[in-house]
Amino acid sequence: MISDRLPSFGHARPAPAHRFLSRALARPSVPAVVVLVLVVVFFWVQAPALSTNAGLAGILDVAAPLGIGAVAVALLLIAGQFDLSVGVMALGSPLLTAMLIGEAGWPAWPALLASLLAALVVGVVNGVLVVNTGLPSFLVTLATFLVLQGTALAGFEVVAGSTQVGGLDAAPGWNSAAAVFGSSAELGGARFHVAVLWWVAATALATWALWRTRFGNAVFASGGARTAARELGVPVRRTTVALFCLTATAGWLIGTLGLFRVESVPLVNPGVGTALDFLVVAVIGGCLLTGGYGSAIGAAVAALLYAVARQGITVAGWDPRWFQTLLGALLLLALVANGVVRRRLKAVPRS
Amino acid sequence: MSTAYSPDQLPAPAHTPVIELRGLTVRHGSVPALNRVGATLQPGTITCVLGENGSGKSTLVSVLSGLRRHDEGELFVAGTPVNFRSPRQARALGIATVWQDLAVAPLLSIWRNFFLGAEPTRGIWPFRRLDVDGARETTVRAMARVGVTGLDPDQPASALQAGERQSLAVARALHFGARALVIDEPVTPMTVARQTLFGQAILAAKAQGLAVVVVTNNPRYAHLIGDRFLLLAHGHVAGNLTRDDVDADDLTALMAGGEQLTTLTDALTALHPELGER
Repeated sequence: MISDRLPSFGHARPAPAHRFLSRALARPSVPAVVVLVLVVVFFWVQAPALSTNAGLAGILDVAAPLGIGAVAVALLLIAGQFDLSVGVMALGSPLLTAMLIGEAGWPAWPALLASLLAALVVGVVNGVLVVNTGLPSFLVTLATFLVLQGTALAGFEVVAGSTQVGGLDAAPGWNSAAAVFGSSAELGGARFHVAVLWWVAATALATWALWRTRFGNAVFASGGARTAARELGVPVRRTTVALFCLTATAGWLIGTLGLFRVESVPLVNPGVGTALDFLVVAVIGGCLLTGGYGSAIGAAVAALLYAVARQGITVAGWDPRWFQTLLGALLLLALVANGVVRRRLKAVPRS
Repeated sequence: MSTAYSPDQLPAPAHTPVIELRGLTVRHGSVPALNRVGATLQPGTITCVLGENGSGKSTLVSVLSGLRRHDEGELFVAGTPVNFRSPRQARALGIATVWQDLAVAPLLSIWRNFFLGAEPTRGIWPFRRLDVDGARETTVRAMARVGVTGLDPDQPASALQAGERQSLAVARALHFGARALVIDEPVTPMTVARQTLFGQAILAAKAQGLAVVVVTNNPRYAHLIGDRFLLLAHGHVAGNLTRDDVDADDLTALMAGGEQLTTLTDALTALHPELGER
C-alpha cells in the first residue's frame, strides 16, 4: 500500500472528555429532554394530580396525535422543507372518510383507503409543486392548506347538509377498523388509547429510517447540503416528494385516530391551531429550520413536553391561555439553542 | 437505454477509449456552453483541461459526471453511447468526480459523507439497512490512503480542517472511480504537501489504468502531471495536444489568458518603454 510511505497530516484530536461533551451537544434531542425534565418537575410540584394514572393518560392523549405529526414534520424539516397542511389533512381526511361511509354507504376499509389515497395525492401535489417550481414550501403548503381548509369545511356542509355525521359504526368493517385505530386499554384506573402505540411505532420507524437507511442519508443530505447531494447523485427530488407524502399520511393517521375515538366528526376547527404546532414541536425537538439536522426522537420528546405543559396548566387550574405564552417562550429558547448548535457544527476550523 | 448500467455489462478492450465525446453540445438557454466538443479519454492517461473562467470547463465536468445532460452529439463510455440522467448513473459506471466545491455535507458524519449517494447496504428490502461498520472501516482505510490518519469517522465533516475535506473528496473519488476520475481543481487553496499527495494518488490511478481528467487553471501543474492537454475557449476546443507538442511555457501562452497577457504586455511596452527592461 502507498500509505506506508506517505506522511500524515492529522492534527491533534480533542481529548476524550471534550469529545464526549461535544458529542452530547451534537445530539439534537438533548435540549428537549433537559427541558422536559424541568417541566415535569415543575408541574409535579404545582399540579400533583398530573402524576396519577389519569393524569398520565391525559398527557398521552394530547401527546400521541401531536407526536405523530411532529415526527413526520421533523423528517421534512431535516430535508429542508415545511408542511403547513398537516393540520388540515388531519381535519379533512376524517371528513372524507365519514362522508364516504355515512353518505355514500361505503364499507369502512375502502373509505379509509380512499381518504388515504386522497391525502397522498395532496402530498404528491405539494411535493411536485415545491420540487418543480423551486418556490418556498412554506408558501406552497400555506396555499394548499387554505384551499383544503375551505373545501373541506364548505364542501362537507354542502354534501352532508349538516355539520355532524353520526351512525358511522353501522358500516361493515367498522369494528375491525375500530380495533386498529380506536381501541383502548384500562390500566390502573385510567384509559390509554391505541394512538400511543402508533406514536411510539412512528417514532421508532422514523428514527431507524433516518439513521440506518439510504433514505435517511438522502433526507439529511437534501436539507443540509443540497448541491453536494445533487452532485453525488442523491435522489433529492424523489426524497422530497416522498417526505411530503409521509406528512400527508401522518395527517391522515391523526385524523383517522380522532375519527375512531369519537365515532363522529364534529366540525370544530382543530386544524388551524395545530398547523403550526407540529412545526413548533419539531423545532423544540431540535430540528434546524435550515435543514440537515434534527431527530425524530427529539420531536417525540418535544410532543411530550408540549402535552405535559398544556395538561399541567389545565390541572393546576390556571388560565389555559398561559400555555401559549409558555410555548412561545420555549420556541424562542429552542431557536436560540439550535442557532448555537448550528454555529458550533458549521464552524470550520482554520488549517 | 439510459437505465441500469453496470461496469460488467460494458467490456472495455484495451484500445477502446474509456470516454469519448463526439460533437458534444450543451446549451445554457440558447447560449452554447460547450460547442461541438470532441475528445477521447484513454485508459492510463491523464488529460488536463485548461481554459479561462467561462470557457466551458465546469460544464464539461458536469456532463462527464452526469449532473447535466448534453443537448447534441454523443458521449460514449467504453464504446457504448450514454446520456446520463443523474450522477448516480455515472458513478455506477465507475466515473467518480472530485467537485470544485468538494460536495461535502458539513453536518453529516465523515463516513456518511464518504458513502453519500452510494451507501453499502445489508438485508432484503423492507429491512435493508446501511452496513454501518463496513462503511466506517472503509472510510478510515481510504482516508489513510490519502494521508489522513487517526480519524474518527463519526465526527461531522465540519470538524475536518479545510485540507482534510479536500482529502475526503479525493479519497471518495479514488474509492468509487473504477474506470475514470474527473478532478475539478478545488477552489480552496491546497498546501504543497497535500498537492503532492494528490499528485501521487492521481499518478497511482493512472498506473491502475484509469482515465483521469484534471481541470485546472495552472498550466505548470498541468504540464507536470498531464499526458494530453485539452484547451477550451468559449466552449470550443482550442487545442488538443500531447506532451510532446508543448512545454509548460507554451501551455501558459496557449491559454486564452496567456494570449491576452501577451497583447497587454506589448501594448504597455509600446507606451512605457522602460517596462521592457524589467
